[in-house]
Amino acid sequence: MMWAWRGTMGKFFAVVLVIIAVASAYPIVMHHYPLPEDISTHGHLIDEQLNETMIEAGVAFVGAQLVLAFFLWSFTGRKPGSPLKTFPGGAKGLVVFAFVIVGIEVLALGVMGQKAWASVYFTPASADAVQVQAQAEQFAFYFRYPGPDGKFGGIHPEKIDEGNQNYFGLDPENDVAARDDIVSGELVVPVNKEIHLMLHGKDVGHSFYVRELRLQQDFMPGLDLSLHFTATKVGKYEIVCTQLCGLGHYNMKGYLNVMSQADYDAWLKQQSQ
Amino acid sequence: MSETSAQQAHVHAPPEGFIRKHVFSLDHKVIGKQYYALALVAVFTGMFLSWLMRIHLVWPDAKIPGLELMSKVGAPGGIMTPEYYLSLLTMHGTLMVFFVLTNAPFAAFGNYFLPIQIGAEDMAFPRFNMMSFWTTFVAWVVLMLAFFIPDGPPIAGWTEYTPLSAIGKDAGPGMQWGASCWGLSIAIFCIASLLGSLNFIATTLDLRAKGMTLMRMPLCTWAWFITSCISLLAFAVLLPACILLVLDRHAGTSFFVPSGIVASDRLQPHSGGSPLLWQHLFWFFGHPEVYIAILPSMGIVSHILVNSMRKPLLSAKVVIYSMMSIGFLSYMVWGHHMFLSGMNPLSALAFSFPTLTITIPATVLTLIWLGSLYGANIQINSASLFALGFISMFVAGGVSGFFLAQPSIDIYLHATYFVVGHFHLVMGVASLFGVFAGTYFWFPKMTGRFMNEGLGKLHFWITFIGAYCIFMPFHYLGLIGNVRRYQSFVDDFMAPYMGVHKFITIAALITGAGQFIFLFNLIYSRFKGKEAPENPWNATSLEWSIPSPPPWNNFGDKHPVVYHDPYQYGVKGSKGDFVMQDSPEQVPASGD
Repeated sequence: MMWAWRGTMGKFFAVVLVIIAVASAYPIVMHHYPLPEDISTHGHLIDEQLNETMIEAGVAFVGAQLVLAFFLWSFTGRKPGSPLKTFPGGAKGLVVFAFVIVGIEVLALGVMGQKAWASVYFTPASADAVQVQAQAEQFAFYFRYPGPDGKFGGIHPEKIDEGNQNYFGLDPENDVAARDDIVSGELVVPVNKEIHLMLHGKDVGHSFYVRELRLQQDFMPGLDLSLHFTATKVGKYEIVCTQLCGLGHYNMKGYLNVMSQADYDAWLKQQSQ
Repeated sequence: MSETSAQQAHVHAPPEGFIRKHVFSLDHKVIGKQYYALALVAVFTGMFLSWLMRIHLVWPDAKIPGLELMSKVGAPGGIMTPEYYLSLLTMHGTLMVFFVLTNAPFAAFGNYFLPIQIGAEDMAFPRFNMMSFWTTFVAWVVLMLAFFIPDGPPIAGWTEYTPLSAIGKDAGPGMQWGASCWGLSIAIFCIASLLGSLNFIATTLDLRAKGMTLMRMPLCTWAWFITSCISLLAFAVLLPACILLVLDRHAGTSFFVPSGIVASDRLQPHSGGSPLLWQHLFWFFGHPEVYIAILPSMGIVSHILVNSMRKPLLSAKVVIYSMMSIGFLSYMVWGHHMFLSGMNPLSALAFSFPTLTITIPATVLTLIWLGSLYGANIQINSASLFALGFISMFVAGGVSGFFLAQPSIDIYLHATYFVVGHFHLVMGVASLFGVFAGTYFWFPKMTGRFMNEGLGKLHFWITFIGAYCIFMPFHYLGLIGNVRRYQSFVDDFMAPYMGVHKFITIAALITGAGQFIFLFNLIYSRFKGKEAPENPWNATSLEWSIPSPPPWNNFGDKHPVVYHDPYQYGVKGSKGDFVMQDSPEQVPASGD
């Protein structure tokens, strides 16, 4: 009686595992995890890589849970003294299996995945990309355009004065290049044009994350970093900070405003005045 | 080497007096229990903090009765402020990673059982051992101080990224003295861990009983040994990092802060430091730390599974080599936490490949556990339920690592709830399942009494189903781009998903409440539990050859001699289907 009850719990465990495997896989298989719309030229590479990995990880997860469930169903609550059996092939078979199957996956994903990474990081921005500098600070993003002269003014941290809206620490009195710089609270970019974004951290670590752009990069104080992307769809998208930066972290956001070339030109003109 | 015997190693007199017996004890068993007790306090504190955070996330305006008593500034009128959320988040992570996941599976059980399993009378350096616990205790006190000082605990997360953590009060509330408490506490913790690891290594290498060759050590002893090697190297790097951090904060140095940064409208008086350096040092520790948390549980689970299956693992050697490879690889992968930090993008490839490669020994381990279950006669009890649950959790948490190991996917998933789901399952839940399994399994040895089986099973079911309900949905939230470390989700796109967050909060409250069943069981069974014999599970290793609870010198005046591999199950022995390690009887050749 006692071990009959024990057998029940093993079988119950097996059933629970099957439910967990199915319930975990269901939203994935049914595409209930909506990745936000991709508006970048490189994003499809990341999405493909993600989907590829999802299939492999999903098969591994569901497979392992089902095997565990099956063995629990079969090998609990057996009559005392039931003959013990050894897994066919023993440890050697399983080790070889792991090395071959997982090894192939590691190589495949490791090599294929580099395509997406390379498209973001290994190619420099083209020379005619639109130059924008992004500055992250507690708890806002500011963006700077070089203005008609095509040159950014230098940054002088001691000149930073939030009260007078000198967020970057520009010195227009002595610095000619700084005089026509345009500073905006919104990242305004033309559609289908490559943007070269230079990231500058003002105080602590922050991060630039636009889900729809499939782009995320930390701001590292003391180290100016470079990113490039092409937005393919007109619209307004959220930029959020993903590096814990202090008390207002949850509320640190900006907007990426993708405009048609004509609208963008008009915006630039309006800002220069 | 294998002939090293414990008998001449050291013999100390029995302890006398309350202080020597229970407080400043040199006895590894008492020290192990002290570590366990500290971890228990820390885990319930950490869990309580997670409750508060989960409640705040979904009901941000909720008045939590009594919260004002914790901090008048952080929760005026019982309503949590955004910055207090971050304080709790930091303390939750720090308590759980250091004082629970490092202490419970490794320091607590390792201290109690490693010497016994190798047939030693005590640790190699009992005084060091006592010091390492009390140093850990001081580290805990210093950390908890942060709750009681005016500016409260730090808000920079358990990773304390610089410059946020290095520039003092200009970085925000909690960053003046709270962050100093953190830096100091962790530095002290590192010293304790170094002492502990040295002791484990020396004990394993020097104090093995006659016949206890390395390959005859039980798998959990192997796991603790490998863990202590990892821990020695990891904490040796975190210690100087924390010291440099404290110097940056208080001595005007600039190891981690560059020039020209302006915080709180003040140009910071630093120059020449690098925030990337902190990240490298921190993660050089931080990634091996994941394995410091999980390896002991792998060992404990293997040890218990074999006993519950009544037959040996397909190959204990493969398990040992897999754990070694994981330990070795754990030092080559820290950069995967920093793919997007701004380090050279080429290095992402160098860190990604070994990270993916860790999947191989991890898969081998899983397949060995699964394959060994085949054809077994699995005994279901609280201990084996948690051991089997560990496999399920380890797989669930492990497969998501496959995504995050790839820098391209990390661009999208980094800093989202996907990562939170991943590490909570694999290093938090899985590791704690090992601790729970170990507790139910060894409690009879430690106290001479059984834990209540019915309550144990109830505890298992609530925890197992609850953990999936909490952490699986984290992955889906991450996939839609839900960012972590936010005290509320002001983004419009999150509105449709708040229902998922509410579900998680309710699951967390129920699962957390289930842990009080465990606590009750622990205390109740200590005094009223059914009395346990010397070897209640018909187990083979040396801890089951001595009385429950063991005498102060473990083996009395005997010097155990070991004749067999640790897991002689499924054989025809004089006592049943097993032969103990110290039994001189012949064993017919087994499958391994």
